Amino acid sequence: MLNYILKRLLTLIPLILGISIMSFFVIHLAPGKPTDIRFELNQKVSLQTRDRLEKLYGLDEPIIIQYWKWLKRLGQFDFGRSFIDERPVMDKIKERIPITLAINLVSICLIFLIAIPIGVFSAVGEGKGFDRTMTIMVFVGFAVPTFWLALLLIKLFSVDLHWLPVSGIRSLEFETFNFWGKTLDYIRHLILPIFVSAFTSLAGLSRYMRTSMFEVLHQDYIRTAYAKGLPKRRIYFRHALKNAILPVITIVGLSIPGLIGGSVIFEQIFAIPGMGKLTYDAVMSRDYPVIMCVLVISAFLTLLGNFLADIAYCFADPRIRYGAKKQ
Amino acid sequence: MMSRFFNHKLALCGLVIILVISAFSFSAPLICRYQPDDIDIGKYLMPPTSEHWLGTDLLGRDLFSRIAYGGRISLSVGFIAVGLMAVVGICFGALAGYYAGKIDELIMRFVDIMFCFPRFILILAIISMLGPNIFIVMAVIGLTSWMGISRLVRAEILSLKERDFVLAARASGVNDFKIIIRHLIPNSMGPVFVSATLGVAAAILLESSLSFLGLGVQPPTPSWGNILMDAKACLGVAWWLSVFPGLAIFFTVLGYNLLGEGLRDLLVPRK
Repeated sequence: MLNYILKRLLTLIPLILGISIMSFFVIHLAPGKPTDIRFELNQKVSLQTRDRLEKLYGLDEPIIIQYWKWLKRLGQFDFGRSFIDERPVMDKIKERIPITLAINLVSICLIFLIAIPIGVFSAVGEGKGFDRTMTIMVFVGFAVPTFWLALLLIKLFSVDLHWLPVSGIRSLEFETFNFWGKTLDYIRHLILPIFVSAFTSLAGLSRYMRTSMFEVLHQDYIRTAYAKGLPKRRIYFRHALKNAILPVITIVGLSIPGLIGGSVIFEQIFAIPGMGKLTYDAVMSRDYPVIMCVLVISAFLTLLGNFLADIAYCFADPRIRYGAKKQ
Repeated sequence: MMSRFFNHKLALCGLVIILVISAFSFSAPLICRYQPDDIDIGKYLMPPTSEHWLGTDLLGRDLFSRIAYGGRISLSVGFIAVGLMAVVGICFGALAGYYAGKIDELIMRFVDIMFCFPRFILILAIISMLGPNIFIVMAVIGLTSWMGISRLVRAEILSLKERDFVLAARASGVNDFKIIIRHLIPNSMGPVFVSATLGVAAAILLESSLSFLGLGVQPPTPSWGNILMDAKACLGVAWWLSVFPGLAIFFTVLGYNLLGEGLRDLLVPRK
């Protein structure tokens, strides 16, 4: 097990280097030097500041040295200061992460709680009414643009019915509420964003769960279980589900990039002050240090997600564990 | 083959949806009574009437025409992006699969690295550097989505190149380039067609998301995404502005997904 983890860690090194090179390449796509744009946008920037920035990015140096510096700063998680308010980029990111993380965690849990039963029951009753309905629902789920869904939900629940607030994460009179009032206020504000962020992955995951369960249900040991006369519930939930759910673990890791990208869209629509909104604002105002930081961090998070999923999978499935040992 | 396709209800349904929407968009000048950018301030935010079938927007522009003309843009972006994605994916996949060894290792590591970047964030970063316009959107969507295809093509070619017909071709002195172009790539197109069809759906969704955020196709050129961006401002008063363009995206994406899944059933042999 430990061996496997170590081996897997080693394979991460070239990927991390690759991510740094790709990101470095993206910075250099900017027209001219990043400092030139800054200069145009903000006439008040003194020559001194400009020099300082040029030094920060090392833009007057050969490209190899520039890259080396970028790598060194990456290692220290130093992404420089925002072009907009001069605050260190990492600080800005750190204060935005909790809300985004919270929304995404809740929606991941929601996805699992809904998608797994859907997948299981579809596979069990293959070709029957429920399965057919769900197949159609999955296609619908894949085809609905999240931002459109968000617009329609806001229109229905906030604008027409006045049940939920239109945007933001808390009401103006938030401070006057007691604990339960505050909790309720958060829930009222976040229910739509969470639903929207869960929606797309829901279709994918339930489809995936169905396929996985379907394959397991056609294995010999399940037939044996039937033959032994075990009750169906027991077969489905004890014997089949355990094995069918394994591949789904990896999907959590794979769904991270989608969730990060999705955050930009729903946070912008619902005006939620998280990472996604920060990214959107940075893109709109061409705040390059923030954009680069988000890009690199999201890539690392994806890498980490895949890595953890692999480890979890290996932990859960002895075949992989022993297979790795043999090598 | 064809009869199997016509018996596959989902695929057929998808194809019909795609044909209807494409016909609607590309015959826009024939069926639309207004130009998509004809401003008529006197008739702003009119609900659907017999004169303006789907109503008008904030500037009094006819929504029906805007959706029809916007469809041309959105569909073209989807197609060109996918064309680019297929070409790049096939080239890398074929090189990796055929030459194996170091080239393969290098290309596949590059694919892994590209997969690490959340696509939407990478696209946003690149667009923020280069500035949003329709060609950059096409290029960026295509160049950030070829990895899946190159993995598929590589896998196909790895197994194909051991087959007798490739040996025969090589024995008769055909050079590598011709073997790849004439024999290997055509035989590995099945899964590529499936991915490309699904890819059109994904590209249209991406383009509309970007345009909705104001980072894709720029006004006054209409695209389904940026019509919805305008709709956001009039959410309370004009339901038709947000409902119809969204339906257009929805049905187009649905059509390509249905067709793609249908093609998968038909073209990709199951285990």
